[in-house]
Amino acid sequence: MHDSSAVATHGLRHHFADMEQQRASATLGMWVFLVTEIMFFGGLFAAYLVYRTAHYDAWVIGSEHMNFWLGTINTVILLCSSLLVALAVHAVQVGQNRMCAIYLWIASAMGVAFLALKGIEYHAHFVEGAVPGALWKLAVPDPRAVQMFFYIYFVMTGLHALHVTIGVALLAVIGWHAARGRYSPVYYSPVHVSGLYWHFVDVVWIFLYPLLYLIAHKKA
Amino acid sequence: MATIAAPAVERENYLNTDFRVRSWLLTTDHKRIGILYLLSITAMFFVGGFAATMIRLELLTPAGDLMSSDTYNKMFTIHGIVMVFFFLIPSIPATLGNFLVPMMIGARDLAFPKINLASWYMYITGAGLMMYVVLTGGVDTGWTFYVPFSSTYSNTHVIAAVVAIFIAGFSSIFTGFNFIVTIHRMRAPGMTWSRLPLFIWSHYATSVIMVLGTPVVAIALTLVALERAFHMGIFDPRLGGDPLLFQHLFWFYSHPAVYIMILPSMAVVSEVVSTFSRKRVFGYAAVALASIAIAVLGFLVWAHHMFVAGISAYAALVFSLLSYFVAVPSAIKVFNWMATMYKGSVSLATPMLYAMGFIGLFTMGGMTGLYLAALGIDVHVHDTYFVIAHFHYIMVGGAVMGYLAGIHFWWPKISGRMYPEAWGKIAAATIFIGFNLTFFPQFVLGYLGMPRRYHAYPPEFQVLNVMSTAGASILAVGYVLPLIYLLWSLRYGEVAPDNPWAATGLEWRTPSPPPTENFPETPVVTWEAYDYSSVAEVPVAR
Ligand SMILES: [Cu+2]
Repeated sequence: MHDSSAVATHGLRHHFADMEQQRASATLGMWVFLVTEIMFFGGLFAAYLVYRTAHYDAWVIGSEHMNFWLGTINTVILLCSSLLVALAVHAVQVGQNRMCAIYLWIASAMGVAFLALKGIEYHAHFVEGAVPGALWKLAVPDPRAVQMFFYIYFVMTGLHALHVTIGVALLAVIGWHAARGRYSPVYYSPVHVSGLYWHFVDVVWIFLYPLLYLIAHKKA
Repeated sequence: MATIAAPAVERENYLNTDFRVRSWLLTTDHKRIGILYLLSITAMFFVGGFAATMIRLELLTPAGDLMSSDTYNKMFTIHGIVMVFFFLIPSIPATLGNFLVPMMIGARDLAFPKINLASWYMYITGAGLMMYVVLTGGVDTGWTFYVPFSSTYSNTHVIAAVVAIFIAGFSSIFTGFNFIVTIHRMRAPGMTWSRLPLFIWSHYATSVIMVLGTPVVAIALTLVALERAFHMGIFDPRLGGDPLLFQHLFWFYSHPAVYIMILPSMAVVSEVVSTFSRKRVFGYAAVALASIAIAVLGFLVWAHHMFVAGISAYAALVFSLLSYFVAVPSAIKVFNWMATMYKGSVSLATPMLYAMGFIGLFTMGGMTGLYLAALGIDVHVHDTYFVIAHFHYIMVGGAVMGYLAGIHFWWPKISGRMYPEAWGKIAAATIFIGFNLTFFPQFVLGYLGMPRRYHAYPPEFQVLNVMSTAGASILAVGYVLPLIYLLWSLRYGEVAPDNPWAATGLEWRTPSPPPTENFPETPVVTWEAYDYSSVAEVPVAR
């Protein structure tokens, strides 16, 4: 068995003075990274805002072609997965590595489900011809501005889906490490910061969902 | 020949622990990564310099005779992209910053050493891709990539160039991100915020801009690439898109990017001016907060690049006013450096010459920036050589002078050798003279109406253009000199003492060159920044 000081410094990298400094650095690092991500998405949200103001009616038409139920189910899936990730962080803090792994794996699987539903939606858009450019088939007033809506829709949800994909892989790997007992109540930063990342991906969707799916409902 | 023999048994330091190439390419030591960056940005500097040389040669005569207008477009584009994204942005932060930020705060390394190494590899990938673009036909959009030209009409390697910048951008995000966490979390005991060297404050402000601004230009350029790839996109007027939106997003980063270049230079100048005046920086808190103020205000002025692009008159008014505000913290710094020198015991070593050059040239650049912030004058001189001269006073007269000041100042610490002082002074003087001869005539040219980005011009502008090209030749000599004598000094330079300038920073209280772990044991700071009574008085090398 380890003596207590070995447990207290397990996972400590040499350039940190102690575990507390390492944990605080990891957490701050992830927050700074998320600020970067916010600015990255921010450019797209700015574009969305400008064009929605300029072409509001076209945005309503575009929104009517969203699959409301699939979007809503996906929102619920992501919210629940975030809850599981929060539970995983709690589990690892109290030393339950196995529970932590299970929570993370379920959350990861929910991410896969999200992507699958998103894929079904994309497919439907293709079939319907709601794809800007040569494949465009929708007969709607002001087709150009509606195409712009779909262009922004595909870029924003595509970028988000890319982040979900990264998150799915991340949670799976961290879950695997947890299952192998790599973490302890003293050293669990990877679980914590991956959790922060997943919550961020969730929050981006929380904004995308009303902005893309619910405009038509607001009008009704 | 007075070559001083190295000590018989050399102390173990970060340079001599391991000589294998592998140990360099896989290093996570912030000091070695700083050296890797130093080598790579120096190479890119000469690529950008080559393009500048071609530009100046073409402009020697009024006729467009040396190269076609298409080739000329590619030359100024390559010059701009390489110098801005691959030299100036990483110049001080990635080299001196990487080397010094942990040392100055008494840490063993940056918070995320592997991410630091990854940042260099991203830089190399971006730079490699950019070199591919240069060698296979170039890109002709100007470094600003304005749509719809870049997205639709240009027939050059826009996508590859954009991807190169995107990758390099993330290397700079990684650097800034590492600095922020390191400065917050890794300070040695006793190193409080109010005891931080001003170098650190400036780098903190720089990092904030890198982290907040770079992702915006990254997404803007991504959208340009998508628009090119799919022949339609967000800035496409055919879909109801607005090309001006691209300019907004681009300048939201690219104006603050000027502060990514200038703030680290200011960081160096604060250290150098204090050390060679042997006085605490006058108004420490004001200078520290001015860095933060510049970072914040810098994000609120971007549309001053768009006064004639068709933005509303009210927006123009507001952005003009805000642009004036940025002058306030900049002026605070300049005045405080002057006050630091006032009644100090000033010694004119090479770093100090560069620093004083910085102060003068930066002031010129800043003042002409105020001309450009004025709506009426901007309409007159927009897209003329006046603008070119203005930003070269900031980015070359300011940023590059500061960079060279820093390289000379910390050279003893980095290499363990002194540079030859006489040659250092000759090079500094050459650069100062060459710089002014190159760019001052361009103010006049611009005021008289010579537009930028043309390879031919009316004959009445020739005299001033010949002056400018002559100055550029002198400047080129000035830049090659340090390259030669610094390399020379690695072998033949005097062995540097630990603290040749009797400076106060923590980096001077450890051996030259430092050991891999920076400090034999974690330092405990009990003195204020720039407290010259805390270091033993030793004669300053001249
Ligand atoms: Cu600007």
